[in-house]
Amino acid sequence: MLSFIGRSIVQKTITLFFVSIVSFLIIHLAPGKPSQVDPLNPKFTPEIVERFRKEFHLDKPIYVQYVYFYRDLFTGKTVSWKDNQSVLGKIWERFLNSLPLFIVGTIITWTLSFPIGIRSAIFRGGLYDRSATFFSYLLISVPGFFFAYVLIIFVVTHFHVPVIGLKTFGIGDASWLRMIMDRVWHLLLPSVLGATGGIAILSRYVRSQMLEVEGQDYVRTARAKGVPEEQVHYKHALRNALLPFVTMFGLILPGLIGGSVIIESIFSWPGMGRMAYEAILARDYPIILTVNFVSAVLVLAGTFVSDLLYLVVDPRIRL
Amino acid sequence: MTGLAIFSLFFCIALLGLVLTTGRNPAFDPAMVRLQEKLRPPLSRPNLETSRPEEVPRLGVYLFGTDDLGRDVFARMLQGAWVSLTVGFVAVGISVIIGIFMGGISGYFGQNHTSMDTLIMRFVDIMLCFPSFFLILTVVALLPASMYNIMIVIGLTSWMGTTRFVRAEFLSLREQDFVTAARALGVNHWRIIFRHMIPNAMAPVLVSATIGIATAILTEAGLSFLGFGVPPPHATWGSILSDGKRFIFDAPWLTFLPGFAILIVVLSFNLFGEGLRDILNPKLRERY
Repeated sequence: MLSFIGRSIVQKTITLFFVSIVSFLIIHLAPGKPSQVDPLNPKFTPEIVERFRKEFHLDKPIYVQYVYFYRDLFTGKTVSWKDNQSVLGKIWERFLNSLPLFIVGTIITWTLSFPIGIRSAIFRGGLYDRSATFFSYLLISVPGFFFAYVLIIFVVTHFHVPVIGLKTFGIGDASWLRMIMDRVWHLLLPSVLGATGGIAILSRYVRSQMLEVEGQDYVRTARAKGVPEEQVHYKHALRNALLPFVTMFGLILPGLIGGSVIIESIFSWPGMGRMAYEAILARDYPIILTVNFVSAVLVLAGTFVSDLLYLVVDPRIRL
Repeated sequence: MTGLAIFSLFFCIALLGLVLTTGRNPAFDPAMVRLQEKLRPPLSRPNLETSRPEEVPRLGVYLFGTDDLGRDVFARMLQGAWVSLTVGFVAVGISVIIGIFMGGISGYFGQNHTSMDTLIMRFVDIMLCFPSFFLILTVVALLPASMYNIMIVIGLTSWMGTTRFVRAEFLSLREQDFVTAARALGVNHWRIIFRHMIPNAMAPVLVSATIGIATAILTEAGLSFLGFGVPPPHATWGSILSDGKRFIFDAPWLTFLPGFAILIVVLSFNLFGEGLRDILNPKLRERY
């Protein structure tokens, strides 16, 4: 077990190193320079452009820039090129905004998809199964921005609930109960939107796993022995069907950064997705590179955790 | 099979749309700006006194209404249909070709010459570490906007799934007798991979390709919505939606029409892909 952990960590560190090189190359080899952001701005004289380039080491060769950037990253000194604030500070602040969205979305997704999927599998071919399948297909295919606008129109005109942004502008110093309710209202719609796609995909996957397990011989034996139906489904079939989902749990970690750019743009939610999008437009290389790096760390940590969980949960795996 | 039916209908409509909207004097002109006819609802007649004769729409009525510059939304949707179709097919074509190639090499030379296999799998892991929408957004925002760039970029970022499928299939196909027979006959490696093994490994690739087309169309619509799609005045469904979001209460047809169109097309591809998967996968069939 320990050798597996050790090998895994070494391999992932090497992958991380290569990811950092590739992302650096992609950004620096793309046409256009950060100093070209505002060519019409009269204050952007050639001297300022020169100073800009010297200050951010843009005139040095690529590998020197690479070393400078990662040295700054690991000592926590990287600064954004747009507004000179510390990159890690900005990321942390936006991360705290994205976090509730992510947590609520994940909770909604995972608590709703299991019952739907299991019931679809148990009553296969029935009305419930067919309508759940139809809705799943619908939710997978609907473009996110379209569905967001439809939901916004519906919720705003019928329930008169505020939806855009983190909290209502001008709420001032209302009582803390009001402020909590306000936050919850604002949080609800974006996380429901983020969860719908996930519920559709996950419930279909739960259904297909349950179907595969229910076709196995040991389930047939349990039924033949006279075990009550409920126990057959939940004690024997479900436990074995859950195996891949335990490992999937580790892989949702990268979703933290993924946090849809589109949903955050529509709801003006100040999250990490939007920050990365604005950084790409402003050619703010430190932010883009740092977000890439953090996302790569999360992906590798997620796969590592899911491998470990798989080891723990499935006794057939021996190392 | 519903999926296949809708998909063929869409294909014909897109081809028809391409024919009808391009050229110097197209039948349905998507770019003709008529500022006196802004935001007219669908199925409304043009105001014949104020329109010049060439501005009157071909059918005598604005089938889907007009947008905020007075352009005929029906013509723009037809033009956008072709873009969506091309982006979907070309992007998936690129990703499937790369995926088959990488997966084939990696699966065939798997256990014996592990270096090639490990190298390719590490490369797949590295590419998986980038959040794909961001990668596409980064490249599309930094490169000059054009339809070909978008297709190539979407293709270059979605080959990882196909590679994994092909590699898994190859690892199991490699132990079969026909491969051993081919080796014994002295057929060289490349011919075995491309001529004998790949046709047998195509089943999961086809399924993931069909679903990949749906995802590519959605991604392209998302990129157009954010402003990074095909450059204007060429219309795509995402850009019609994006222009229409300012008038969502005044002109809801600008939001609902392209939205439902994207929904139906993507739904048909997804249904088609799932139908393929059910046919090709014996484990999920009903037990008799």
